[in-house]
Amino acid sequence: MKFTLNVNDQIHDVDVEPDTPLLWVLRDELGFKGVKFGCGVAACGACTVHLDGTATRTCVLPIDAIDGEAITTIEGLADADVLSGVQQAWIDHQVPQCGYCQSGMIMAVSALLDEIPNPTDDDIDASITNICRCGSYPRVRKAIHAIAASKGDA
Amino acid sequence: MSKKLTRRKFLMGSGAVVGGGLVLGYVALPNQLNDLAKANKGSGAVLSGWIRITPDNKVTVMVPHSEMGQGVHTALPMMAADELDADWDLVSMEQAPALSEYANEPLGEGFIVGGKSVPDILAPLINKAFYQIAQAMNLQITGGSTSVRFTGHYGMRVAGAAAREMLLRAAAQEWEVSLNSLSASKGVVTHLPSGRSLTYGELAEAASTFDPNPTPVLKAKAEHTIVGTKRKRFDIPSKVDGSAKYGIDAEVDGMLYAAIARVPVHGGTVTSIDEVAAAAMPGVKKICNLGYGVAVVADKYWRAKKALEAVNFEFDGGEASTLNSSAISAKFERDLDTMEPEFDIEKGDVNFEGVSGSNIHDAQYEVPYQAHACMEPLNCTAWVRDGMCDVWTGSQAPLMARATAANAAEVDEENVTVHGFMLGGGFGRRIHAENDYVAPAVEISKMVGAPVKTVWSREEDMRFDEYRPAVISRFRGVLDEGNKPSMWYNRYSDKREPVEAPLVPYSIPGQSIGYVVSQSHLKLGPWRSVDHSQHAFFTESFIDELAYKAGIDPLEYRLSLLGDAPRHAAVLRAAAVKAGWYSGKRGGRAMGAAVHESFGSICAHIAEVSVDESGQLRVHRVFSAVDCGEAINPDNIESQIESAIIYGMTAALYGEITVENGAVVQGNFPDYEMVRMDEVPEIDVQIIESGAPLGGMGEPGLPPIAPAITNAIFAATNIRVRKLPLMNVDLKAGV
Ligand code: FES
Ligand code: FES
Repeated sequence: MKFTLNVNDQIHDVDVEPDTPLLWVLRDELGFKGVKFGCGVAACGACTVHLDGTATRTCVLPIDAIDGEAITTIEGLADADVLSGVQQAWIDHQVPQCGYCQSGMIMAVSALLDEIPNPTDDDIDASITNICRCGSYPRVRKAIHAIAASKGDA
Repeated sequence: MSKKLTRRKFLMGSGAVVGGGLVLGYVALPNQLNDLAKANKGSGAVLSGWIRITPDNKVTVMVPHSEMGQGVHTALPMMAADELDADWDLVSMEQAPALSEYANEPLGEGFIVGGKSVPDILAPLINKAFYQIAQAMNLQITGGSTSVRFTGHYGMRVAGAAAREMLLRAAAQEWEVSLNSLSASKGVVTHLPSGRSLTYGELAEAASTFDPNPTPVLKAKAEHTIVGTKRKRFDIPSKVDGSAKYGIDAEVDGMLYAAIARVPVHGGTVTSIDEVAAAAMPGVKKICNLGYGVAVVADKYWRAKKALEAVNFEFDGGEASTLNSSAISAKFERDLDTMEPEFDIEKGDVNFEGVSGSNIHDAQYEVPYQAHACMEPLNCTAWVRDGMCDVWTGSQAPLMARATAANAAEVDEENVTVHGFMLGGGFGRRIHAENDYVAPAVEISKMVGAPVKTVWSREEDMRFDEYRPAVISRFRGVLDEGNKPSMWYNRYSDKREPVEAPLVPYSIPGQSIGYVVSQSHLKLGPWRSVDHSQHAFFTESFIDELAYKAGIDPLEYRLSLLGDAPRHAAVLRAAAVKAGWYSGKRGGRAMGAAVHESFGSICAHIAEVSVDESGQLRVHRVFSAVDCGEAINPDNIESQIESAIIYGMTAALYGEITVENGAVVQGNFPDYEMVRMDEVPEIDVQIIESGAPLGGMGEPGLPPIAPAITNAIFAATNIRVRKLPLMNVDLKAGV
């Protein structure tokens, strides 16, 4: 079946079975390899992208459930060559280790900060449920607070 | 190994010109020269190049280890660049390809005999430990926390210092001045009296005409300008914009995809396959009977995965088909009761005859199988054709992967190319000798005659891991009149490595530590910190039990027994001071201590926990101190300790692989839970630089975390946890 997707502000046509999860469409049909496969059951968050700005796990989301929403992947987060605030904070605080979970982590955190610019630790605990097997969590938390603080200053 | 050592001689160093710059090879074996010449077709360079300086003054360091988040791609260049006095802003790194030219065997030999070729007569004197190191280097392995300790110290530093000397000599020659009128700093050589200067890039070509000094003088610690400072990791920018490439991201023209399902009972075989439904599904190219499982190859991964679900196959699981976890534990107990032990240590008097029962304390501990659960599920892309084989995968041991692929493809090793990638987690899973994710991919490609990417589902990855062994460990301790332990008796049910894992640093006159080897049908493999992760839980719990029996504060008790282990004592004390150690309960919280040495580093954790009325455990804070001899990249050490604590906490709280009817029960994260954001304690890391030889950093933070937590639980609840994971322990009763 043919589908039209809006990914990172570009229109793409794909022809796949309607039950194909968005994850595999993004990775294997369209080449957005920054979107990662971790569990396939919506338990880890490695496959998180934004659908109209909302963090969404794509490994269990069939393509025919997409209804024109704007899809943003990790590849579309930077503005041309300028990294997003979250991406830059991830470098400043040296957050990633193996890095495999970090696309999903960054997408989840970006969505959180769009919604709650100055999240409490409880907000972070409640909304960032991604798994990082390398245990980058303390730095994720530190980086989130640093972003919030720098916005407060500005 | 020994044959090779005696047969081979090796040359130290060879400078060579490539594209107008200096390439400093640290070592090249004569019998590798041909390979090298082949590998460097046209350039005429014959080298095992680790440092490359180009005319624009850029320095590239080739790193023969895999990056899996442990920071080695930055730590090793730091070590080389510091000795070289390079301008750090102009330093970059490249991952060395999986060629034996980059293997570290010569480095192992260099380590053994201080950088000289190995005279035949010396070979018998080289002991087993050195062989193991040499062997690990030979295999280009990333594991055992060896990268910085061996490749870094004995390779990168020497290469950097030797290159610096060559550059200085080139400048001296150019200006016709004496060497000691020159200074080098930040990639520039300056003639002090005249103020003239030339960059390394300008000197590189001339420098390459000198022979490298195999034993250059290395800097003293105080002279370091790069090592010991916080430097940003090279690999991180690509990990924030999605551009980092992992094995699962490999792309090959015309590539097909395979999904794989093994016989659920480990070691079982497929007896029949009903493939009619699957074969008719869209995109399906082939259904492969691998003997130990079935793979479906299709033009898209999702199609392969769906078709695999439509395949029904029968199997014969053999005797293991009836096994379950309790039967496996019972076997360990039986074997401990009946088998003759081997000994790690027997010293002093360990004889319980005539000892009053009130001075004796017994305990038995048990830990379950653990999965690695790397975030990136196992995968491998392979292409077998015309007597050649290409493999694209993330590996901690690419040369092993090459050998495995050659074997599976039935081609010569030199016709196999392993294309390296970032590893989405390793933790020992991507190091194993069998390389069980490489061989199937190669077999499948061979059956299909096309490049195929085989991706394991999370369930396959978890159910067909090479697990950390489940182990039972029994103790008997005897206290003397002064309440100090006089005898330490320990028997445990499986032994892997490192051999010293069950040893304790405490001054105990009578020690008898021994083991039997009792296993099930599950495959086993190294798991972050290997045997240390189990033994630290056992030994640091038991010493805690003895402290309570003696009625002495467990921190004081440990310190009083660490007279022969001053580094342990210093680390433990430092963590306790920072934590503000207290015994008993305070405001509903309690503390537990543990200290353990592994891979040359000593790490102590003080954990502070609470247990609420419902029995819910909370680990609030962990204060760590680590002595790794010398800190290369302090920021990275902190992140490795944080990482090891959290990895170890997941194991202590949730990690448990169980077996039913011969098959592994847990398949995905909901039933093999992980510590997430909301459970992570505050972590405080102190680095102690004792000046002892460099220790490893990827693993030593892990072993002491489980006992620090369970010891704190005892302080909070009086419940002694002797069997992990904690999720199975009811802590309510103690509150
Ligand atoms: S891969 Fe989608 S949540 Fe894990
Ligand atoms: S950085 Fe490795 S899983 Fe998160």
